[in-house]
Amino acid sequence: MISILILIPFVAAIVVLFSGEKAKTISFYAAIAELIVSFYALTLFRADGGMQFVQDYWWIPSLGISYTVGADGISMLLVLLTTVLTPLIIYSSFSHNYSRPGLFYSLILIMQAALIGVFTALDGFLFYVFWELALIPIYLICLVWGGKDRVRITLKFFIYTLFGSLLMLVALIWLWLQTPGTHSFALEALYKIQLTPGQSGWIFWAFFISFAIKMPVFPFHTWQPDTYTDSPTPGTMLLSGIMLKMGVYGLIRWLLPIATEGIGQWGWLALSLSLVSVLYASIIALVQKDFKRLIAFSSIAHVGLISAGVFSLSLQGTQGAVIQMLNHGINVVGLFFIADILSTRLKTREMSEMGGIRLVAPRFSAVFIILVMASIALPLTNGFVGEFLLINGIFQVSGRMAAVAGLTIILGAVYMLTSYRKIVLGDKQARTALFADLTPQEKGVLVPLVVLIIAIGVYPSPILRFAEPSVKAILGIIHGHGGMALMN
Amino acid sequence: MTQLVGLIPLFPLIGFLVIGLWQKKFPGIFSGILASVLVALSFIISAGIFFTLPTSPVTVDIFDWIVCGSFSAKMSFYIDPVSSVMLLIVTGVGLLIHIYSIGYMKNDEGFARFFSYMNLFVFFMLLLVLGSNYLVMYAGWEGVGLCSYLLIGFWFKNTEYNHAANKAFIVNRIGDLGFVLGIILMFLNFGSISFDQVFSSASHMPHNQPVMVTITLLLFVGAIAKSAQIPLYTWLPDAMAGPTPVSALIHAATMVTAGVYMIVRSNIIYSLAPFTLHIIAIIGLATALFSATIALAQTDIKKVLAYSTVSQLGYMFVALGVGAYSSALFHVTTHAFFKALLFLAAGSVIHAMSGEQDIRNMGGLRKKLPITFLVFGAGTLAISGVPPFSGFFSKDEILAKTYLQSPFMFIVLSITSVLTAIYMFRLFFLTFYGTFRGNREQEHHLHESPPVITIPLVILAILSTLGGFLGMPSILSSHHFFDTFLSPSIAPGTLAGSGEVSHTFEWTVVAVSVLVLAAVIIWLYSRYQTRGNVPPQEEASFTPAYRVLNHKYYIDEIYDTIIVKPLYGLGVVFWTLVDNRLVDGVVTGINKGVLYSSQMLRRVQTGNIGFYIFVMVFGIIALLIFNLVL
Repeated sequence: MISILILIPFVAAIVVLFSGEKAKTISFYAAIAELIVSFYALTLFRADGGMQFVQDYWWIPSLGISYTVGADGISMLLVLLTTVLTPLIIYSSFSHNYSRPGLFYSLILIMQAALIGVFTALDGFLFYVFWELALIPIYLICLVWGGKDRVRITLKFFIYTLFGSLLMLVALIWLWLQTPGTHSFALEALYKIQLTPGQSGWIFWAFFISFAIKMPVFPFHTWQPDTYTDSPTPGTMLLSGIMLKMGVYGLIRWLLPIATEGIGQWGWLALSLSLVSVLYASIIALVQKDFKRLIAFSSIAHVGLISAGVFSLSLQGTQGAVIQMLNHGINVVGLFFIADILSTRLKTREMSEMGGIRLVAPRFSAVFIILVMASIALPLTNGFVGEFLLINGIFQVSGRMAAVAGLTIILGAVYMLTSYRKIVLGDKQARTALFADLTPQEKGVLVPLVVLIIAIGVYPSPILRFAEPSVKAILGIIHGHGGMALMN
Repeated sequence: MTQLVGLIPLFPLIGFLVIGLWQKKFPGIFSGILASVLVALSFIISAGIFFTLPTSPVTVDIFDWIVCGSFSAKMSFYIDPVSSVMLLIVTGVGLLIHIYSIGYMKNDEGFARFFSYMNLFVFFMLLLVLGSNYLVMYAGWEGVGLCSYLLIGFWFKNTEYNHAANKAFIVNRIGDLGFVLGIILMFLNFGSISFDQVFSSASHMPHNQPVMVTITLLLFVGAIAKSAQIPLYTWLPDAMAGPTPVSALIHAATMVTAGVYMIVRSNIIYSLAPFTLHIIAIIGLATALFSATIALAQTDIKKVLAYSTVSQLGYMFVALGVGAYSSALFHVTTHAFFKALLFLAAGSVIHAMSGEQDIRNMGGLRKKLPITFLVFGAGTLAISGVPPFSGFFSKDEILAKTYLQSPFMFIVLSITSVLTAIYMFRLFFLTFYGTFRGNREQEHHLHESPPVITIPLVILAILSTLGGFLGMPSILSSHHFFDTFLSPSIAPGTLAGSGEVSHTFEWTVVAVSVLVLAAVIIWLYSRYQTRGNVPPQEEASFTPAYRVLNHKYYIDEIYDTIIVKPLYGLGVVFWTLVDNRLVDGVVTGINKGVLYSSQMLRRVQTGNIGFYIFVMVFGIIALLIFNLVL
């Protein structure tokens, strides 16, 4: 089942590459087909905490590398996030005509395949291959279709992530050497390795830096605002909506259960860095003038909170992280699409040059305010469910840390409402007087997002129940190793 | 009857969705009528529940909201005397204000949008008072904040209004942070956040446990912001930017009393933290006095009422602080009547004055607006605590119970009462007595409002006049309806602490207050009635003291200097120095180290990328398949 989900976009990518002008439509239908198959998979899925749809074939037996994929509740949710967002992202690009569409859309589909691979790989080497495979298309998307400064920015992005990947590769190979007998990269074999505290500390840092760059967490974040701002919007959406979840997923699946001792020693530092991220990025977001860059910084703040929730090692914190990965994906894609609509219509991203849009585009403004509210975690929107559980988890480690994390409640409201006021409200202005309200295509992208925001915000318990056994299983490994914190 | 409780918030929610989604399709005032009918339906069910109230609290589950491990927040409703009183206030006063708004907003181009927001507000307010656990209460709490934001900035063309809306939301968020942390700490301490379980486990706990004090203080931070107490009250006067019915419903009668409701609701845990109660009493007392002084020097009719709301809320917090929970809720009730009345009557005045809000430009309106004049008079008498108007009973009760705890607080509160009478009668005389001071056009336009506006006013005036008899003091009657009714929800032994004031003392207080009030009224009457003009010292910022009051003690400016500006400065420093210089500098350093390879890379990437990618992907797939086949 999982292999089918990985193969569909791959095959489609090859078709799309040679389909010329029809690339848009074909890739969209492929993504829809993928979505349908993933929902079919969901109907077969039993949320009992174990791995399902497991497929295990030898790939390079002499090196103990196998093609093993499977999904537990966490993986399944992230696969669904990928299959739901990809068609929306493709559809959102319909109003643009990118040069060389065949290449552009096939890169998106390759990314989708690789992302699903990352979320389901149960073999260290396979995980690494998919991880790298997911990065290459996004480099190219930024480099070929990016803004003015794309070469410098992509280089920075490339160096950052290359450095992270190398660390991860070294850590994986070193772990592989520790496996007994003929070595193995299998996840289960890696989980069983007994590391000394010192070794575990090193593994912890290698994995953490690698994942922290991806998410990103302070001080490994400076590639992110530039890259998000300069990439074409579909690239930004893929990066922020889905790809950064690779980092969080890596923490949960690979770092926590393997480097348990390392977390005991260094978890507090990772947690603190994540919280610094929250505060630091929120404060920078306050002074941004470019709306797209503002969302980029707010994304750092949100992801910092997710990462902190994971390092709380509590059930609520980790569950919050899982559901917030979905929510962040939904909300940030919506917000970047809003930014795209604004910059396409107004030929600027400077908020000070906007205003008066409420008057001429009420539907646009209504959708925008819902996205703003979801982003600042108003109850009954999806953002609240995640944020509350995350802060709850962090509180179980320390009340003071929870208070710091909670500052996002205030600062998020400040920068989001201020930008909404500057962009949308105010009296009529010459520049925005002809701002058109949402087109059917734009509604087609935004309405599903709004429905998801409210649906998850009002009734998140099925998703939480879906993920809970898997989260408990992983936390069981950590706490079984004599880790810290409590399980509520 | 209680099983129907789910319908109470459902009606206004439907109204919001239907009117919100299809606002263009509603002809004329139909959306306003629909919105009012839906609130009326909620009111009918609320009244039904009130009269058939079960003897013990009932919880009605709707569905699982956030459930995670042992944490559980169900979407479920809690019915007891406290929530049923609040239901009646919210739907009853809400209904009158909806009807009034049909007339008041008739010519506004955003008519349908206004009613969709109003219905959304009623929905969230009902969620707030009905929630059976703190998280549902919090959902309503934040939701009313959203509606407040939307309605303060209702006339979104005006940048100043938009700033006021942002300020309201953001200041409330400061309180919300405290509220959320309080809820989480409660969960970690009690293992639950539902009222039932928290209250029953709290009853075995000793007094002044540090964790209890922390929880109650954190929740109180939420109340400080929502109910506009020092130091977070500054948003409320600015919130008067919204249409006047909004000021009446949200910023006087219901939303701002949510903090009081929350503490009454949580009286069992607050009674375990006397330390917190002292803090509450001190903050309430300071707020009551402080904002009453500011109200003395305001010239905008709505600003006077806004500061008076802040001051009256301070009264309620003093009541809470001395453990007189039911007195606080009693004052919430009477205040809802007379303050809604005052705001709506002010709206009628503003309407008649073609939008003018400065009382220096009014005067002599009693002849042109006889009904508004009468009802405003009733409201003024009620808020000033003149017997037998409702405010007299609820204020007198708070004063008496405060005296039992601390004579000092009693004195300060009495002084505040006198100040209240002064600023209210100043407002009343300046508006309705003397001669008209506006311009010709305004004078020509002066008219009494239509019945759709005056009928709700008259109903509220009757309630403001008679509402006090719900809680007769012990000197007049042995039966205090309010206390008896609420007693199942108030922890035993906390009903206003201990003992009773002696009847002699109470009679003395009544007599003295009546005499003082009479003196104040006569003094102000002679000051404003006999002159054609506003006393010159009120025309401009005359004395330094007056200027300080008029500028609200420069609190906004102080906050701006010590908090807002430094925070933005920090943002610039982080961005330009730390991010762009420091962190990026390190990365650039590494870049230079790998300059050669990066140049190579760039050369490769300028080639035929399509081909490059295709080969690579093909290679990987081939490798994969090759090994699978083997």
